[in-house]
Amino acid sequence: MSNYSVIGKPIQRIDGYEKVTGAAKFTTDIRLSGMLWGKMLRSPHPHAKILNIDTSKAKKLPGVKAVITSADTLHIKYSNWRRYPHLMDETPLAEDKVRYIGEPVAAVAAIDEDIAEEALGLIEVDYEVLPAVFDPLEAIKDGAPQIHEGPTVKNNISEARHFEFGDVDEAFKKCDRVREDTFYLHPVSHAFLEPTNSVASWDLNGRLTIWTSTQTPYFIQTLLAMVLGIKEGNIRVIKPHVGGGFGGKMELFSDQYCAARLSMLTGKPVKIELDREEVFIATRRRHPMYYTLKTGYMKDGTLVAKEAKVYTDGGAYNAMGPTSLYLSGFFQIFPYTIPNYRYDGFHIYTNKNPSSAMRGFGGPQAEFTCDSQIDMIADDLGMDPAEIRLKNGMKPGHVIPGLAKVGSCGFEECVKKAMESTKWKEKKGKLPMGRGIGMGCYGFMSGGVFNWIDSPYAYSAAYIRMNVDCTVDVYIGSAEIGQGSDTVAAQIAAEVLGVPMEDVKVIRGDTDSCPPDLGAWGSRQTLMTGNAVKMAAEEIKKQLIEVTASLMVPNVVYDFDIKDGRVFIKDRPERGIELAEVVKTAVRAREGQALFGRGIYTPHGKGMVSPAYSFGAQVAEVEVDLETGKVNMIQVTTAHDCGQVINKLGVEGQLEGAFVMGQGYALSENLITDEGKVLNPSLIDYKLMRAPDIPDNFTSLMVETHEPEGPFGAKEAGEGLTNPNAGCIANTIFDAVGVRIKDMPITPEKILKALDEKKKKEGK
Amino acid sequence: MKKILNVTINGTPYEIAIKPKTTLVEVLRNELNLTGTKRSCNAGGCSSCSVLVDGKVVNSCSVLALQVDGKEVTTIEGIADGAKLHPLQQAFLEHGAYQCGYCTPGMIIAGKALLDENPNPTKQEVKEAIAGNLCRCTGYVRIVDAILATAKKLQEEAK
Ligand code: FES
Ligand code: FES
Repeated sequence: MSNYSVIGKPIQRIDGYEKVTGAAKFTTDIRLSGMLWGKMLRSPHPHAKILNIDTSKAKKLPGVKAVITSADTLHIKYSNWRRYPHLMDETPLAEDKVRYIGEPVAAVAAIDEDIAEEALGLIEVDYEVLPAVFDPLEAIKDGAPQIHEGPTVKNNISEARHFEFGDVDEAFKKCDRVREDTFYLHPVSHAFLEPTNSVASWDLNGRLTIWTSTQTPYFIQTLLAMVLGIKEGNIRVIKPHVGGGFGGKMELFSDQYCAARLSMLTGKPVKIELDREEVFIATRRRHPMYYTLKTGYMKDGTLVAKEAKVYTDGGAYNAMGPTSLYLSGFFQIFPYTIPNYRYDGFHIYTNKNPSSAMRGFGGPQAEFTCDSQIDMIADDLGMDPAEIRLKNGMKPGHVIPGLAKVGSCGFEECVKKAMESTKWKEKKGKLPMGRGIGMGCYGFMSGGVFNWIDSPYAYSAAYIRMNVDCTVDVYIGSAEIGQGSDTVAAQIAAEVLGVPMEDVKVIRGDTDSCPPDLGAWGSRQTLMTGNAVKMAAEEIKKQLIEVTASLMVPNVVYDFDIKDGRVFIKDRPERGIELAEVVKTAVRAREGQALFGRGIYTPHGKGMVSPAYSFGAQVAEVEVDLETGKVNMIQVTTAHDCGQVINKLGVEGQLEGAFVMGQGYALSENLITDEGKVLNPSLIDYKLMRAPDIPDNFTSLMVETHEPEGPFGAKEAGEGLTNPNAGCIANTIFDAVGVRIKDMPITPEKILKALDEKKKKEGK
Repeated sequence: MKKILNVTINGTPYEIAIKPKTTLVEVLRNELNLTGTKRSCNAGGCSSCSVLVDGKVVNSCSVLALQVDGKEVTTIEGIADGAKLHPLQQAFLEHGAYQCGYCTPGMIIAGKALLDENPNPTKQEVKEAIAGNLCRCTGYVRIVDAILATAKKLQEEAK
């Protein structure tokens, strides 16, 4: 095993003290003197023309400082899709039409929150209500209401994704058996606890500062510049602590724009904080999907061909939908080898709030359908579902034609470890009625290679300064949003430079001082930012070693290393110099210039999706109450291959959190709408998992591989883990009570109904 | 018309003029800048805003500030003993019982109220005690562990 000092250790996070004492500042905690409160006026209609907006009464209300509508904007369409302009379909405020209930139409800034609220009621909007459409299968029909105009959108399909390899039709003909299943995946909300919110402050030098709860400071900077018509360099985005994101805070939103614009008009700082209802109705959600899956296989369980067709409910705008759609098709062929595959996915507009990226990015939908069907295939063949997974599981070096090359892959070991730890062989199919065991698996990207935003900068970058007292300042533009990425960056710098964790300071979340980074999405930060930090630290290390060599003048050029505050000759560790001496000498030798390192990471030639892939297998045990249909989670075991573990405590926390999020997705969460209106927009009615719902026992098993692309061999450990849960739970329920639910979420009512039908069928 | 509120917060007495409909969380966060107490739903659904009022857990978004007139309020800022962390805070650090940290103040408050009342809770009792506190990040596992470990530690110390 490795002899790292801090890598792989259960290191306490660097943001701990402030978080447990309440000292940590989130955007919601920021108040500036003279600050105004902003509020958004939202559409009450799912689809309507805006005939006229009269803001005169609102403007006259004492205490109101500004009211804006689309007339006060530059009418620029924007989104993260700068590289693909035909997909940019949003404007900061509705132009001539509204497309979902909750769409921002106007905004107000006033001296207090109540006055701002009152002013909203004084804005008069004349609407002409238009026919609306809510289901993607209706929206694609000829004659359905058209939600967007323009040559690239026909039948409300904004984007179609197709990929294919092998000879799918021929392969199906040769299969012993073929089965086709349809599934429905429902919409869920990110439900991060810190509401979407910002404070913007325009100063008279023509510079804007915005504090905002975001996963992507650089996207906010660059897109705000575009829609406000000012230079990127004149916008400073500060990302304080962020109370969760999960993909729901990786785009520029109207309220961020409005806070900025209102501040520019009033010359005062403006705060806009969405209330919980607004967060539910007017921010993003995970894509609902209609999924048809046809799979051909041999009697021995070998998977031969697969065809997937997906109609996704994109809501009123593209948001990150085209990528979710693409990745859903891609992760459909993970972690099992499929030599012949065809995917057709359609992104369809409906009159609902936009769907977008959410933890797993199309993966949870893919893996639920894929893993449910694998179990059905095993059942058809009378095989152990774990065996069929092992038989078809990906191996290191696996190539997906035209799309990806897998590097390290510990999938097989994950399945075996999970089986062993849960006594799978003794339990599978042998537990009493009502009790079941089941498996779900996954593979996931470790850093999406997507540059939708068209950044000319590197995907990730880091600057490091080493001070003469051997403290180290790491400047990164990546976004800590709770996942622990700042701690990972500090660990990497500490390891390379041989200093203790407490001597590393991470300066982040400020575009004025940190290098641009594409932010927290696609499980990027360990691999991409980690590599940039490592490169920057190694640049300093090289300088230190050069100085050491000249001081020690070894006869032969030996390899030097730095560890625990000493620079020494690798083969003769007793010969070395104190690090502090070397640092001081190095600084003096450079006429007093500080020791500085710069690092970048941009993937080149790494396929269409990611430089590396993580893998895992999960086994759950449940008890289903036959009277009520309620599912009790008893035990969950996840074996995860994230390459070299950087922080064990962090990985375990991610595994647990991801499982419970997936448990909610599978069993209870559902953003219910009727005619485009969200019916449960509160944390009481939207059913998140609570502490009594979680499994009694949770086991995390690490399967360590070495990923050549990752820093110290590391891969992702944040997002992929969300993907196997729903399928795993569905399979477990099947094992417990013999019913297969393909229509999510798997509620007690659905289980009871299926049990009833099963009884009738069996003639009991 | 404003009314006068007299309340002791984290041991310090305050006299504050407020509008009668002001909630406790608004007084803490907006008037006193005690922003450790978080607000996530403002409707009693998440307990991010939990504080102790005379030792009992209360959702501070769901009580009017005037209702705590004459009472003692403890917020997350009043849990540590000066620079020395409360054992629960220490356990949250050691167990990694937080990620984004937005639910953490409420969780620690709920944990403290539980342990003050029931120094030796079962796992199930811990889960029930934090059933009102939402956490979207951690899956609760480490939070439950941290509270149980603190109970054990405090029991041992008392021996
Ligand atoms: S903010 Fe008080 S319960 Fe949610
Ligand atoms: S740590 Fe993020 S909500 Fe609990």
